[in-house]
Amino acid sequence: MTDRRRPWVLLGTAIPLVWVAVTLLLPYALLLVQSFWHQGANGRPTHDLTLANYVRLFSTSLYPSTILYSAGVALRVTIASLLLAYPLAYLLAFKVQRHKQLLYMAVIIPLWVSYLVRAYAWKIILGQQGVVNGILMSVGIVHAPVTFFLYSTAAVVIALTHIYTPFTLMPIYAVLESIPPSLREASHDLYGNRWRTFWHVTLPLSLPGVLAGCTFAFVLSMGDFIAPQLLGGNDSALMVSNLVWSLFGVSSDWPLGAAVSVVMLALTLTLLWIANRASPAARKYR
Amino acid sequence: MKRDWPLYAYSTAVFAFLYLPLVVVVMYSFHTESIIAWPLHLGTLKWYGVLAHDRAMLSATWASLELAVMAVAIALLVGVPGAFVLDRVEFPGKEAFRQLVLLPLILPGIITGVALLSYFSFLHLSLSAGYPTIPGWPVVIGHGAALTSVVVTQVFARLQRVDRSLEEASADLYANPWRTFWYVTLPTIRTALLGAALLVFTLSLDEIAVTFFLIGRQNTLPLQIWGVLRRGITPEVNAISTLIFAVSVVVIVLWSRLMEEA
Repeated sequence: MTDRRRPWVLLGTAIPLVWVAVTLLLPYALLLVQSFWHQGANGRPTHDLTLANYVRLFSTSLYPSTILYSAGVALRVTIASLLLAYPLAYLLAFKVQRHKQLLYMAVIIPLWVSYLVRAYAWKIILGQQGVVNGILMSVGIVHAPVTFFLYSTAAVVIALTHIYTPFTLMPIYAVLESIPPSLREASHDLYGNRWRTFWHVTLPLSLPGVLAGCTFAFVLSMGDFIAPQLLGGNDSALMVSNLVWSLFGVSSDWPLGAAVSVVMLALTLTLLWIANRASPAARKYR
Repeated sequence: MKRDWPLYAYSTAVFAFLYLPLVVVVMYSFHTESIIAWPLHLGTLKWYGVLAHDRAMLSATWASLELAVMAVAIALLVGVPGAFVLDRVEFPGKEAFRQLVLLPLILPGIITGVALLSYFSFLHLSLSAGYPTIPGWPVVIGHGAALTSVVVTQVFARLQRVDRSLEEASADLYANPWRTFWYVTLPTIRTALLGAALLVFTLSLDEIAVTFFLIGRQNTLPLQIWGVLRRGITPEVNAISTLIFAVSVVVIVLWSRLMEEA
């Protein structure tokens, strides 16, 4: 490295480091510190340190039960996304020869289309005067509109599954694509039938992609707050992010909101850490 | 092929599931009634006309575009050196830097949103600071902070595949570091830069979780649409959604061309 270059290298290193410290490290650190602040009687936090927010969080049934409910929704979304994405990824990777690139693009186009559009579209489909009810009634299966499609946990799960299926598919497809054809051919040569080849060769080799896709779907759907708000309707369908949203909004209790966020953050990081430990190869896809 | 028909049938159904909502929204943007209900009555462009005269929606669109351009500028300015640092510079705490940069991508957006809100409030920086010249400094910084990671990951991935011997050859031929960068390194990462810029632009246009907490007086397009949706779906929202869909398709086609070129 010549001396003439040195100041530029220093500057080029300093810019991203300082930026990340000032716009990410400090805000996340402040969130952590704020979760130990005391919420004053006048609605403004004082900077005395206390564990009161965490005590309240775990002693009020609302927060733990909402976190569990959100995890349950996220789990259902993850399983559904995996069941939808894996066969499609398999088809694209091994069966399709013509227009493969085009088809893959067609799968990820919905990912690029406005998140909001994808969430509220389900309102048109599942609503009382919606598409599903309209078709059911005109065919004569039901005579009055079914009201429980919309504003239910099921509606939230359907919308989130729709949103995160392409996310789940991408790493699975990437892993399936990278499996050397010779491995699958070897299995065939050794008289493994299609199921045995899948079960003993393809599936184990694709697990890192499955893990990466599932982690994505779980973490992102657990932290979602807009689809539950648009499609969940009543308070019972609210997710943990909706609580954070209201604590930083109308309820205006930032320290408690920070504590809930820190719990979410800890859960997310633990999950990513486990996924990472479970599969070193999955690291590539983060 | 014949034995695979269940797989083909299933995949077709998955495709239908992925596209059904988009098709429904596009169809209902041509719905003649103002109440969105079944059955569908196709055949009007009037909602696009209503949209063209909706000043709140237009100024929100403009604000979103401004914000996206600034997010791209910041993300490139910080993210490109960031990718080089990860690829080529050794320093203590590098692993921590790598993890921290990625956090906004893997954490639910709302956490980054409330963290930045608390931070700006702690610093007494008003959410409308800079308005009306820009949509507001906090939201600009917020988008920059959240989306820098996209540029870092995309450019870093490309740098890992760059053949370093080319740069050494250039240096051996007495090119100074700037000429080597300009004629050797930059052309190899050009498509990655463009691809990352497009990605940041689209993600910024669609961002809600961080934006919601940091926005000052001027709504962005998704926040404006969300505000309308909370009162109910209007055909006008379907019209703007259809336009967004059309633009997204153009962008992704461009993007995939860039990625194929690489």
